Amino acid sequence: MNRVKLIALLGAMSGLCFALSLLTGPARIGPMDSIRALMAGGNEAAMIIMREIRLPRALLGLLIGFSLGVAGAALQGFLRNPLAEPGIVGISASASLGAVLLFYTGLAGVSLLALPAGALAGAAVSVVVLLAISAAQASTITLILAGVALSSLAGALTSLVLNLSPNPYASYEIIFWLLGSLKDRTMDHVWLVLPLMGLGWAALWASSRTLDALSLGEEGASGLGVNVARSRLLVICGVALCVGAATAVSGAIGFIGLIVPHLVRPLTNRLPSQLLLPAGLGGAALLTCADVVSRTVIGERELNVGVVTALIGAPFFLWLVFRSRRELF
Amino acid sequence: MPLSATSVSASLSGRTVLHQVDLTLRPGQVTGLLGPNGAGKSTLMRVLAGQLGHGGHVGLDGTNIAEMSDLVRARSIAWLPQARVLSWSISVEAVVQLGRLPWHDWRSVMSAKDRELCAAAMQLLDVTSLALRAATELSGGEQARVLMARAVAQDTPVLLADEPASGLDPAHQISMMASLRQLAGQGRTVLVSLHDLSLAARWCDRLVMMKDGAIAADGEPNEVMTNEILREVYGINAQIGRDECGLWLAPLGLT
Repeated sequence: MNRVKLIALLGAMSGLCFALSLLTGPARIGPMDSIRALMAGGNEAAMIIMREIRLPRALLGLLIGFSLGVAGAALQGFLRNPLAEPGIVGISASASLGAVLLFYTGLAGVSLLALPAGALAGAAVSVVVLLAISAAQASTITLILAGVALSSLAGALTSLVLNLSPNPYASYEIIFWLLGSLKDRTMDHVWLVLPLMGLGWAALWASSRTLDALSLGEEGASGLGVNVARSRLLVICGVALCVGAATAVSGAIGFIGLIVPHLVRPLTNRLPSQLLLPAGLGGAALLTCADVVSRTVIGERELNVGVVTALIGAPFFLWLVFRSRRELF
Repeated sequence: MPLSATSVSASLSGRTVLHQVDLTLRPGQVTGLLGPNGAGKSTLMRVLAGQLGHGGHVGLDGTNIAEMSDLVRARSIAWLPQARVLSWSISVEAVVQLGRLPWHDWRSVMSAKDRELCAAAMQLLDVTSLALRAATELSGGEQARVLMARAVAQDTPVLLADEPASGLDPAHQISMMASLRQLAGQGRTVLVSLHDLSLAARWCDRLVMMKDGAIAADGEPNEVMTNEILREVYGINAQIGRDECGLWLAPLGLT
């Protein structure tokens, strides 16, 4: 498919899912009333629902989906591994641990932004560890192994915190948060993540030529004038900003970063640089759509969006692998 | 541009692999780098390509390559590593176009000149008919030609190719060597490592034979391809003949 057409199509899909998300919720507000409430103000209750509940939720769906899609595509390109996803370098697990620790200590309730701050601190710690490892001329495999180790360690510590948690309610809260959700987020959350994600997108975009060159391996890329060590820093920081910020406001949402690049890649010329924007738009559409499903699929009760992405994602991925057994990438 | 190594030494994992090597590659020549496995050929090529830290001095037309920026070096020296890595099933055309990467900044697109150079490189390596195929689905020999076309498309005064002819059928081995000759004929400096002694003897202007991290012999093919040197470097006996096209050589057995 033509690249411009693909981007337009995915952009339109994201827009559609965004509109659907704005129109979805327990309060019955008609489409016209919703738009009026969003734009002009309109009647008080509808305005509050639209501007303070649905808008931040829909925006976060787009932003987080975009970030996870871009980060997944960049990591797969950088590690030259179709199984790579943002979780593989341990950043989302560490961010989760940071948030969980705040739940455990009770600091999570201090401020609305305490939890995101804890998660960002967790992500930052993992980045420092990854950078320390990759600074010493590490290979890509070392980076993956370090990420897996970091991920397991953060997972183990999260389990430990759950084990030690003072009361069942705290454990419930932690588990619920770990499942990932966009419920009850505010515009403050949007303003918190937007600059971080923006920086992350910029870092990944800046490394796009490097990702193409790395299709020829590290030695091949280096022969093309690419500074592999410097681009490694850029990619790690970009992914950390995207995924750290995403996890900070939504908890851990899996599968988007893994599946979306695979879904979109066959529609591109498969060069990693050409995949970044489509994967971001695809991620935005998919997560926003999954969030709508999580709110509507079983009537009154809401599912966690992380559960929905996993439930849609895993079987779909399996089908994809089955259908194109020969080659996915 | 001449590329010179002066007292170059290099170590891998603490083991010295190159001992004080002196070598000057001249423009307009195809220089063949020969030697048994582990002689240090690839290491020497990586040093010359500016890909490996080393002792001594490597100069391109008098400029120390260690002081060049990555991009300036990539615009001067094309380096084809021995390992043939192709990570995604991108088209042959896209692989060859990667060779133009050093000539672009982050926002530029392929110019008419870029496309022309890529088309010429693909023509030279006989991969034009494969242009739209996925490079990962090609045979090993076809991939070797595609990657060589990528290096040629880089359009640099110096070309260093590590075993580009291995895995190629005889016809394509010959046409690969003929293309290297053609590139040298345009005034480029070409260094190629080879294991096929006949191919080296017939197609290279100059042969450099390495053993144990040092240069054991250096000269025109008829000076280097002697039974005495082959015995010493490879430990083989060979029958060496000559026809109107040059030397031919048949390894007969171990000494």
